[in-house]
Amino acid sequence: MAAFGSFALLIALALAVYNLLAGTVALRLIATGQPAAISPERLADTARRAGIAGFIAVTGAAFALLWSVFTNDFSLTYILEHSNRALNPAYKFAAMWSGQEGSLLLWAWLLAIYGFVLRLRHKTDVKLYAYAGTILAGVQTFFLLLLCFPASPFALLPAVQTIHPLGVGPAELLTLQQSGVVPMDGNGLNPLLQYPEMVIHPPMLYLGYVGFTVPFAFALGALMMRYPGEKWIKITRTWTLVTWLFLTCGIFLGMHWAYAVLGWGGYWGWDPVENASFMPWLTGTAFLHSVMMQERKGMMKSWNVWLIFSTFLLTLLGTLLTRAGLVSSVHAFAQSSIGTWFVVFMGIVLAVCIFTYIYNHNHLKTEHHLESLVSRESSFLFNNLVLLTACFVILWGTLFPILSEYVVGNKVTVGAPWYNRVAVPIGLFLILLTGVGPLLPWRAASLKSIKKNFILPVVALWVTVIVCFAAGVRPWADGQFSSGSFYALVDFAVSAAVLTAIISEFLRGAAVISRQTGRNLFSSTVLLTRRNTRRYGGYLVHIGVVIVVIGLAGSAFNRNVESELAIGDHLNIGPYQLDCTGFTQDSNALYNSEYAMLNVSKGGKYQFQMLPERRVYLSEGQPETMVSIHSTFEWDLYVVYEGSNPDTGHPIIKAILNPLVGWIWAGLIVIVLGTFIAMVPSITPATAALRVPAARVAPAEPIFKGGD
Amino acid sequence: MATPLRLTFWTRFVEVAVLAIAVCFSIGASSPTSRLADLDHRLMCQCGCSQLLGECDHVGCPDRDKELADLSADITAGMSDQQIFTAFTAKYGAVVLAAPTTHGFDLVAWIAPFAVFGAALLGTILLVRRWSGVSLVRAKAAAAGANQAALDPAESERRERIRKDTGMDGGF
Repeated sequence: MAAFGSFALLIALALAVYNLLAGTVALRLIATGQPAAISPERLADTARRAGIAGFIAVTGAAFALLWSVFTNDFSLTYILEHSNRALNPAYKFAAMWSGQEGSLLLWAWLLAIYGFVLRLRHKTDVKLYAYAGTILAGVQTFFLLLLCFPASPFALLPAVQTIHPLGVGPAELLTLQQSGVVPMDGNGLNPLLQYPEMVIHPPMLYLGYVGFTVPFAFALGALMMRYPGEKWIKITRTWTLVTWLFLTCGIFLGMHWAYAVLGWGGYWGWDPVENASFMPWLTGTAFLHSVMMQERKGMMKSWNVWLIFSTFLLTLLGTLLTRAGLVSSVHAFAQSSIGTWFVVFMGIVLAVCIFTYIYNHNHLKTEHHLESLVSRESSFLFNNLVLLTACFVILWGTLFPILSEYVVGNKVTVGAPWYNRVAVPIGLFLILLTGVGPLLPWRAASLKSIKKNFILPVVALWVTVIVCFAAGVRPWADGQFSSGSFYALVDFAVSAAVLTAIISEFLRGAAVISRQTGRNLFSSTVLLTRRNTRRYGGYLVHIGVVIVVIGLAGSAFNRNVESELAIGDHLNIGPYQLDCTGFTQDSNALYNSEYAMLNVSKGGKYQFQMLPERRVYLSEGQPETMVSIHSTFEWDLYVVYEGSNPDTGHPIIKAILNPLVGWIWAGLIVIVLGTFIAMVPSITPATAALRVPAARVAPAEPIFKGGD
Repeated sequence: MATPLRLTFWTRFVEVAVLAIAVCFSIGASSPTSRLADLDHRLMCQCGCSQLLGECDHVGCPDRDKELADLSADITAGMSDQQIFTAFTAKYGAVVLAAPTTHGFDLVAWIAPFAVFGAALLGTILLVRRWSGVSLVRAKAAAAGANQAALDPAESERRERIRKDTGMDGGF
């Protein structure tokens, strides 16, 4: 299989190079109208077909790697280092992306899948798709070069390479294992990766990272060909939304993995890898908002192009940061010296972007200008400003240790305290804009409309402040100011205002439909959403984001206790009492484990049992925490088996009460739902009219504010 | 007279708000326990776990207990926060601090985000104001065009000729 995989990658590389070169020549011939021996349209089509064939070749390589994992082919260095015989089959899939070479193959495979779908849909706009396909081929060429040369997942063990340079079959493998040339078992998968989320989190994140290559390719292609109008944005809208959704889900799954596996009680530690995934999310979100300005008003064309260029470059930067070992991270499981390749490729991409922009920037002239500082348009501008500032802050914090070391020769830590002071206020401002933007009309807002739209949210804000004060959420406690409580208070108040603003937008529209069709409020809200899925789906996403930030604010009120527990001992946290009823050990082919049995009671009444566990994996000797979590609407009871006292043998248990964590995951569900709704086409007024019962048909369709 | 009065009111309002926030941030005295809880979240554990000292959850961690003991001793000895940070930096290096200091080059870490945000905010406001001005001029020009359309054809033709003759149409 090693020979098959390597050969498949080489074929894929040849096809990608052909796609890139033939596509470039064909598009150049079409653009200049020069005569040629072969029709440029036919040449472009051969390039497209090469791209499709490339997908088959990369799929073959991915299959070869998975086959090697499942057949325990330890003659391959990658399989030896990232798998073993006893590994659960589900985690054998995870072995594919647990190392550098495998994750690069995953990247190339996902890019090939995106490219395959794109090339099949080329009839939507043959020329634009030809440009996009050629640019994708350029990116694919880079990744296949990495896979064929410095980071091959099919590299054989040096001893095997000498004897069988083309790889070994099952019989030869057995012989080599018996003679000791190839180990009988592998080193196994990193224990931290042996968790259900790890089977879907990296592919989700990579689908997000890789997916941004598609809107990037369309934006660059449209600029190269001086594509008329804004149709390319409409074409790429679904691509961008799907990609954004994958990235969002990937980030949240990563948070949940960190929460459930790392055992420190948090879900976001401003780790460089977390930051690397968050930066393209911020610029991608900014792009999703500002393209609306371009679609409606023909504004911010240059800005949008650069936003998507930056997003793509940030996905590469993220990979560079984590894969090249520039920064250390708890999430980075694969590091090597491919950093130089990435730096060179990023330089080429940036140079192409700058050159294309300078050459064709006249094509991006704005058609309209803003008319007022207080308008929907300016709210989009400020939204972009805040999102990009947040992106800069995170990039700055991530790179500052490197910068400091370079400038003053002194490496410093930029940890959570710095981000909490700098990024949290910016995040709160962004949440505020989430509520303010939809309330402002396009073009300009009158004082009267501002008063009318804002009075309810402002009332909600102050009522929340009063309720929070009454409930004990105060910026100062025990005579001491708490910045965490202060930010939480601001967060709750602003979130209440934003939720009120968005819900009142829904209700206002639904009330009109209800009056005109006689439907109940819920049915009217559904119809309202179906008539403008993009707008109201977007609002749902905003609601989801607000629910998430309410959950994040809960971290200001975390409590924890740590205690050594003998049988019969107990510890108290919040309303819960944890009674230790036993502790024991277990072992299987993969790991030895210790766990404690804790009966949890509340108000003297038994509620449930928790089994926090600590495993030590045999292959690597590395310990892993299996946290026991009990989630409720109000909080999570999070119990960690930290280890055992070597003198007494008693377990040391840490219990943490994390308020509102469940809201974060609930918010994600709302975000996913809203994004799906935003992707569904709206029903037309004519279709909608047909659905209204005949006896209740209104004389005219209600008039809605247009846009999103 | 109404404007200065309104300005005075808002000036006072801002002064009171700033004072209230300043008081919020400065009130309260800290006990040794709360100082420990505060300071152990401003220092990093040096065992390589990349976690804050107060959040390191490794039983048998070779550094956590030692660092916490040092911290407790420093607090008991009555050292100020700055003195404690200096002592820790001397012992473990600058990476022991969870955030850059506010001295020397480290200050840049704190200033740059707010400077960039301020500059971007100012730039956006100026841009919007400029665009608003352009839109206003265009609206006026459109209105003037509408007036011109209302003129009788002979008068309109005469104005067009004058505009061309004087080069006021911007053309050649």
